[in-house]
Amino acid sequence: MPAAPLPAELPQIAYVPVLDAEVEPTPIRRAVPPVHITTAFDEDGVQSGKARLFKGGKLLLTNGVSTVEGSSGGGIARWATIAGQQMPGGIGLSAHATAIELPDYGWRSYGVAVGFGDRLELSIARADFDTRDVGAALGIGKGYTFNMDTFGAKLRVAGDVVYGDPWLPQIAVGIEHKRSRDGALVRALGATDDESTDVTLSATKLVLARSLLVNATVRYTEANELGLLGFGTTAGAGYALQFEGSLGYQLSRRAVLGAEYRSKPDNLGLGDDDWMDIFAAYALTDHLTLTAAYVDLGSIATFSDQRGGFLSAQVAF
Amino acid sequence: MLLAATASAVLMLLQQAPAEGTDWDAEFGVEVKERDPVTGEIPVEPYEQSNANAGATPYDSAALARDFGGREGIARIAARTVDLSEADPRVAAIFAAHDMVRLKRTLGEQFCYLLGAGCDYSGRDMRTAHAEMGVTKADMNALVENLQAAMREAGVPFAAQNRLLAKLAPMSDQVVE
Ligand code: HEM
Repeated sequence: MPAAPLPAELPQIAYVPVLDAEVEPTPIRRAVPPVHITTAFDEDGVQSGKARLFKGGKLLLTNGVSTVEGSSGGGIARWATIAGQQMPGGIGLSAHATAIELPDYGWRSYGVAVGFGDRLELSIARADFDTRDVGAALGIGKGYTFNMDTFGAKLRVAGDVVYGDPWLPQIAVGIEHKRSRDGALVRALGATDDESTDVTLSATKLVLARSLLVNATVRYTEANELGLLGFGTTAGAGYALQFEGSLGYQLSRRAVLGAEYRSKPDNLGLGDDDWMDIFAAYALTDHLTLTAAYVDLGSIATFSDQRGGFLSAQVAF
Repeated sequence: MLLAATASAVLMLLQQAPAEGTDWDAEFGVEVKERDPVTGEIPVEPYEQSNANAGATPYDSAALARDFGGREGIARIAARTVDLSEADPRVAAIFAAHDMVRLKRTLGEQFCYLLGAGCDYSGRDMRTAHAEMGVTKADMNALVENLQAAMREAGVPFAAQNRLLAKLAPMSDQVVE
């Protein structure tokens, strides 16, 4: 086959006709598309298909700490932030353990959360609530421990906690599906259900001009003591709107001081009180954050003045 | 397909080696921009100068400007931010292709103007300056961290650092793609 005649004005540069030649693209066919190719594992994290795992990128503390229900937030209030340190297109992870020591009770919780970009957070947490001597007084046995699992999901729908319009906070909607593991007992106490789902709407913004982090969350819930004592009552009390607020002052990139408030229903008539705390969070390293707080949980199961210490550790990537 | 491949193969055989000393920039239409002998800056496309290009209204606080060490302190912080970013593997590639002499000057002017330290901003607006640069939110965070490092080194109190960031953060909408 003869080569096409070269045009007269061909410049003295090799390859030009080749570059100009139109080559039909060859479609690439694969019997099965690759689903999960891990192609790199370096200091930038893991590349899995198109997603970057654990590469990070967030500014310190802008992933929040972990709430007692396992969501990213303050200690007791849910925030609109997304757990993990990933950027858009990345996947991040955080894990936490929390202990609260009260005059009559002990709280332990732990869990993990996965963040997908700046969009979605999925979390799971277990809470164990030890009634110690009160258990005997309440007739459920000394050291009886209530347990609850919380499965959370949170979707950022607008805004950014740091960037963009200073008057547009990061806004997220979410759910927390809770399962008490003490079904028979919580029903005996007057609750109708041992599982239920909270719905939340949160707005969070870092007001840089004031170094202030502001958060407000409304929660539609029928939980008694977060759900440890079941949901609703046989007397007919059900879902109601509750409020969670947090204020945090940034002392440095790594340190925040703040206070929180969380309203709770008293469906069972056991004197469930609103909760509040004063907290200090410190990013010890880029991945480890410690939170210490003084909490006032009011009356729990008729035992009043439950004030004490809260300590939580979170690792995040 | 086959025709194209054969044609390329034949052309490969027919090709001539380019002459020694070919001016490749001229062949490919590459324009070489000379740095201004006085300022050391590479000229940019003409644009209308205005303080509005700085992207926000300035503070009016002598105390704040003092926290940053006045005009000279601010210029040093801006230059240091650029140096740190040029050396930062996360964003170095973005800065490598641009004129850092000019950026140090204009970024310093912008900070100085926004902090009310008595400068005018002579650079381009944020959208034009970052057009088609492909800046991501992760790059933005990297730059913020470098700026924070520069301010920390200069001993700027944290609350004052945040007041400058408060002016810059809303501009992300014009910078990040
Ligand atoms: C809100 C954040 C930002 C502000 C306020 C800002 C400010 C500026 C200013 C004032 C200029 C000079 C414009 C001129 O000389 O006419 C500039 C240029 C530039 N910026 Fe930014 N910048 C921001 C974010 C970023 C980010 C995140 C990157 C990349 C990581 C970046 C990379 C550059 C580069 C490479 C130039 C030089 C452009 C050129 O010479 O054509 N900037 N920026």
